[in-house]
Amino acid sequence: MTGIEVRDVSKTFGDTKALSHVDLHFEENTIYGLLGRNGAGKSTLLNIIHNRLFPDSGKVLMEEEVLAENASLLPRCFLVNESNLYPEGMKVKDAFRWSRQFYPDFDEAYAKELCRLFELPVKKKIKSLSTGYQSIFKNITALSVNVPFVFLDEPVLGLDAYHRDLFYKLLIEKYAENPFTAVISTHLIEEAANIIEQVIVLREGQIIRNESMESLLESGYCISGPAAQVDAYIRTREVIGMDTLGGLKTAYVTGKPDQKHLDGLEVSRMDLQRLFIHLTDHAGRR
Amino acid sequence: MKLNLDQEKPIFIQIAEGIKDGILAGAFPEESQIPSITEFSVNYKINPATALKGINLLVDEGIVFKKRGVGMFVAEGAVGKLQKKRQDQFYDNYVSRLVEEAKRLGITSDEIIAMIERGFVQ
Repeated sequence: MTGIEVRDVSKTFGDTKALSHVDLHFEENTIYGLLGRNGAGKSTLLNIIHNRLFPDSGKVLMEEEVLAENASLLPRCFLVNESNLYPEGMKVKDAFRWSRQFYPDFDEAYAKELCRLFELPVKKKIKSLSTGYQSIFKNITALSVNVPFVFLDEPVLGLDAYHRDLFYKLLIEKYAENPFTAVISTHLIEEAANIIEQVIVLREGQIIRNESMESLLESGYCISGPAAQVDAYIRTREVIGMDTLGGLKTAYVTGKPDQKHLDGLEVSRMDLQRLFIHLTDHAGRR
Repeated sequence: MKLNLDQEKPIFIQIAEGIKDGILAGAFPEESQIPSITEFSVNYKINPATALKGINLLVDEGIVFKKRGVGMFVAEGAVGKLQKKRQDQFYDNYVSRLVEEAKRLGITSDEIIAMIERGFVQ
């Protein structure tokens, strides 16, 4: 099997089951969205893939070989998360130079060009950068490493709207010209929704959805109108969530809309964010 | 070409329709080159596969053609083809919805006709 395979991975911290029997396959040249509420296990999963945490059981493979401790395979993946792996006193431009030691295809000129676009002074020390610019620095590194698998854990954390927009545009440009696999984990779902091809939803350490964005969005629809009519329509159907506003009701229904019974009701497409909220609603909030 | 990427229709269809609107409005004249997949996807922040899927719809309809290694171009006769198609769809896209709303509001067919005539005069 090509790509990265996560096979039956479990991890416990004290009494907390962070991941339980996770099976996943990241194919080549695909953009994934890794979604989950706080504490769902996203970061644990990414840290295990990148050999920064050991699983209690299970393993991660790349091209059928175990990835953990594998010095020839690990440089083919890159993870951006909250941790900073560079010495704090190092300057941005020196960090780029060093990156080439570990990632031979790191494109220093491109990284500097991105610094110019983001207005990040390359002579600054990494530790002196603001939270937003620390993220930007890591994202620039991720866009410049040129490895087949890039994992981005909350890449837009602390970025303003302009920089988030710029980041996603650069990511798409890079991907369109030279495809690679990007796995994006973010809470700002709407902004990334149209970029994502495959959606993975984690809930309490387990995978509850793993399918293409298209099939996920087509797996349900929203129906709204006067409450009594909506109630009548959904009586025989599977509903994953509901919003009520006075006499108006919106129901999130699985399957395809039934044209015959839609009189007076409005049908709209499910959007990823709404679907996500209802899929990961543990408390059964209404 | 301005797209309103709402969630009512799949994005690839919105891309195809946006390009068609552009062709009808003269923004992409016949035989001129349209932006690349990369340009569309970066501009609208969508996955390149989605942009490709939208453009392939236009290729299948003979509205756009690909020149290998060069790019994508608006086909000769595309405007006429699109106008013909939109005329055929005019009833479904506009008239049926108009009548539906008119019924909700209690507007009669005579009143609608008068409004349409007024619209043509203005």
